[in-house]
Amino acid sequence: MTLSRMPEPDRAVLDRRDSIVKDLEALIGVDGVISEEEGRRAFEADALTAYRQAPLAVALPRSTEDVSKILRYCNQNGVRVVPRGAGTSLCGGALPTADSIVIGTSRMNRVIETDFINRTITVECGITNLAITDAVSAEGFFYAPDPSSQLACTVGGNVAMNSGGAHCLKYGVTTNNVLGLKMVLVDGEIVEIGGAYPDSEGYDFLALVVGSEGQFGIVTEATLKIVPKPESARPVMLGFSSCEAAGQCVAAIIGSGIIPVAIEYMDRPAIAVCEAYAKAGYPLDVEALLIVEVEGYEDETTRLLRDIVDIARSFDPQVIEASTSAEHSARIWKGRKAAFGAMGRISDYYCMDGTIPLARLPEVLSRIAQICAEHRLKVANVFHAGDGNLHPLILYNANDQDESNRAELAGAEILKLCVAVGGCLTGEHGVGIEKRDLMEVQFSPSDLAVQMRIKSVFDPGWLLNPGKVFPLSVLEASGERPAADQAA
Amino acid sequence: MSDVQRPGADWELQFVIAGCVEKRLPIEIVGSGSKRAIGRPVDGVVTITTASLRGISLYEPNELVMSARAGTPLSQIEAELAARGQMLPFEPIDLGPTTGGPQGSQTIGAVFATNMSGARRVLYGAARDHLLGVRGVNGRAELFQAGGRVMKNVTGYDITRGLTGSWGTLAALTEVTFKVIPWPETSVTIIYLGLPDNLAIELLSAAMMMPVEVSGAVHLPAPVAARLNHPGLKTLNKSITALRLENFASAVAGRKQRLKETLKVYGKALELEHRETLEFWNELRRLSVMPHNRQTLLWRISTKATTAPKLVSAIKRYMPAEAYYDWGGSLIWLEVPSAADAGTAEIRRVTAIHGGHAMLIRAEPAVRAAVEVFQPLSPPLERLTRGLKAAFDPAGILNPGRMYANL
Ligand SMILES: Cc1cc2nc3c(=O)[nH]c(=O)nc-3n(C[C@H](O)[C@H](O)[C@H](O)COP(=O)(O)OP(=O)(O)OC[C@H]3O[C@@H](n4cnc5c(N)ncnc54)[C@H](O)[C@@H]3O)c2cc1C
Repeated sequence: MTLSRMPEPDRAVLDRRDSIVKDLEALIGVDGVISEEEGRRAFEADALTAYRQAPLAVALPRSTEDVSKILRYCNQNGVRVVPRGAGTSLCGGALPTADSIVIGTSRMNRVIETDFINRTITVECGITNLAITDAVSAEGFFYAPDPSSQLACTVGGNVAMNSGGAHCLKYGVTTNNVLGLKMVLVDGEIVEIGGAYPDSEGYDFLALVVGSEGQFGIVTEATLKIVPKPESARPVMLGFSSCEAAGQCVAAIIGSGIIPVAIEYMDRPAIAVCEAYAKAGYPLDVEALLIVEVEGYEDETTRLLRDIVDIARSFDPQVIEASTSAEHSARIWKGRKAAFGAMGRISDYYCMDGTIPLARLPEVLSRIAQICAEHRLKVANVFHAGDGNLHPLILYNANDQDESNRAELAGAEILKLCVAVGGCLTGEHGVGIEKRDLMEVQFSPSDLAVQMRIKSVFDPGWLLNPGKVFPLSVLEASGERPAADQAA
Repeated sequence: MSDVQRPGADWELQFVIAGCVEKRLPIEIVGSGSKRAIGRPVDGVVTITTASLRGISLYEPNELVMSARAGTPLSQIEAELAARGQMLPFEPIDLGPTTGGPQGSQTIGAVFATNMSGARRVLYGAARDHLLGVRGVNGRAELFQAGGRVMKNVTGYDITRGLTGSWGTLAALTEVTFKVIPWPETSVTIIYLGLPDNLAIELLSAAMMMPVEVSGAVHLPAPVAARLNHPGLKTLNKSITALRLENFASAVAGRKQRLKETLKVYGKALELEHRETLEFWNELRRLSVMPHNRQTLLWRISTKATTAPKLVSAIKRYMPAEAYYDWGGSLIWLEVPSAADAGTAEIRRVTAIHGGHAMLIRAEPAVRAAVEVFQPLSPPLERLTRGLKAAFDPAGILNPGRMYANL
């Protein structure tokens, strides 16, 4: 699985390695720089493990000022920079190039301020997603976006990828929960965007920076919304004999005016794997399993679950099991939450992330099965059904080069299918290197030009997170780098 | 204003803009023009109206998504949604009446181009939070699209949201795709009377710290409350602090009890039932308590809720002012007497001390041309702003000067 080419490393920079390391050490201290082979290896890949490349060196700043010093230096010396949080990106977003400095944010993980009355928290970017909720849960609050990787992933990574989670049907994704950012621009200048008040001033730079995949600057602090925790949250499991029935049931629930917090979907192969691993009590003889969760006060969730079950009955469910206790809820979720881990125990897998309009679900699922069969591969589907975000997991053997390549090709076909039915290449994992070469499937040359010019506004020399998001051929042909803008 | 162009298709708009690029003619983009009285006046040689770019191109109630051409009247969008029991989550505010224009004349393109959200924002987020995709033409006469029609989409940079609040200075939108939500089964408004600003904001904050999903949180000091049309409320001679709950009936009832229990120290609460609740919040949506008036100016200040009352009293040390607090206090509509500089120096200085930003909404054209209408930017933000403008509109022909002089 190594079909995407990375940009050629800059020879001159590689040759200056020793002096660059010395300079960085002088800037942020010897203990802030990792230069020996073994240490650098720890940063050679993210969760898209098929791609590996150790960086020139790794810098571990302790403050915004440290980040500023490093970036000013790298910018002046034409050295590429790859920001990195926890390295859980599934699209190769944090993959280094041989000539780049990785800036790792692990030492910047403090909570700076919590303000319960105004319902905000300000944190450093290297804090984990879960630690934010941990910091406010005693007071009855939580931070809403909850990627399954929340134990490890950082808010800096979440901001860069505009990450989502199981609860985003109700609470939105990262961009809907960020109020302000402190960011270091490529020349070392520190900029504050928005703050602990509604609407950022002027153009919506928050919108542009969230989801910019580490290519606009290094985010060092974030001010986030926190939300009061509902008294109770309860799921119901609904099993169906066809994916059509499950899809229609999701549409009917949403069409009825109920917006659950989460609607998760698993197909038969996914159910089998999750059940074998988590013993969640999932039915093994259904084609599709929905987990629908509602929240509110105790009496409200009872009523909402009853309404949902009533709606589901018109679609002839094989299984209806509503949670009756907190333990029961935990058991129902356990299988779904463990889906990736469970799959990883039985096989290497390639996790896709396209989004589709819900109405197209049955045809998309049958096409996915067909595509994988054509490539002689097995597939299991988990799916954030409420918002159309599909995660087909293509099973393959990473030690078999041919099978790896087939997995990558099948994945590309699935993503093209998502675009063809009116959806998109990626719902929450980002483009990175993985989907970079498919961008032309979704966007016209002028769409891409509009995006690349914005990159040039923030990073005229294209030093930040090189080789990601845009097809190298488009980039090379565009003349967009390095000069920001020659028109006018 | 001279030449008015009414393109009826994307390619026509592109053609008109291409002509202007070639001749370097400045363009003013208007929807219906309902917000023309806001912002800095634009010197457009060519006026492009989106009035002929009309119609709903996609509506999937079961997927909570709608696409419409940019010139579609908001009233048409809301009628179509209501027919299927749905609505725009962010309750866009209508600035027409307060700026002396007609009521209800906004276009959906202008709603997103200005990112003007109403009271329900405290629960559901702003206009920008619900925009999923756009098509448009930039100042290079390139037709482009960004985002799409699905709820979750991180493919490429978020240009879609990045264009909200750009007031037509980066691109002319031809189509917008956005998320909608179901109408709640019912609603109630709980009102507390006679609280001073600081206690009122404390009350609103306490309510919003509870998981009852308050969908409106406003405070109207007595002189402002007296301007309401509601016959029962305008004559009380007391400040009004109001909270809205929207949900299915039994949830509204239960949550209302919980709220009243927690807030009982603030006094006895009045209640508006569903129909009156609709009327009350519709009135606020038109900003009826800040009516058009040539003797006064209107500012809109965004800040932390807890600092809002202090910010207002600090401004009152320099000039008479009437405030209306929305979004739990984090949005202040401030009415001050007319002045050649619109009180800009004091208002901006006080806002800077307390944190936040201020925009001049209503003033005579001469005043709007003379002062900074939008919040001045920090040097790095200004640099990025100029860069972004040049990326979209290198010749500077789209709404020149609308947001900032020389931009
Ligand atoms: C098991 C598993 C489950 C997952 N589940 C989900 C899920 O449910 N939803 C979801 O959305 N994603 C999910 N992901 C993907 C991943 O966790 C997210 O993309 C996450 O936000 C990455 O955070 P990170 O700290 O690991 O960032 P990294 O992987 O280190 O970096 C990701 C990107 O962010 C950039 N970056 C990191 N920090 C900064 C910074 N401070 N400033 C600027 N740029 C920065 C990097 O350059 C890179 O482009 C999952 C991943 C795994 C492995």
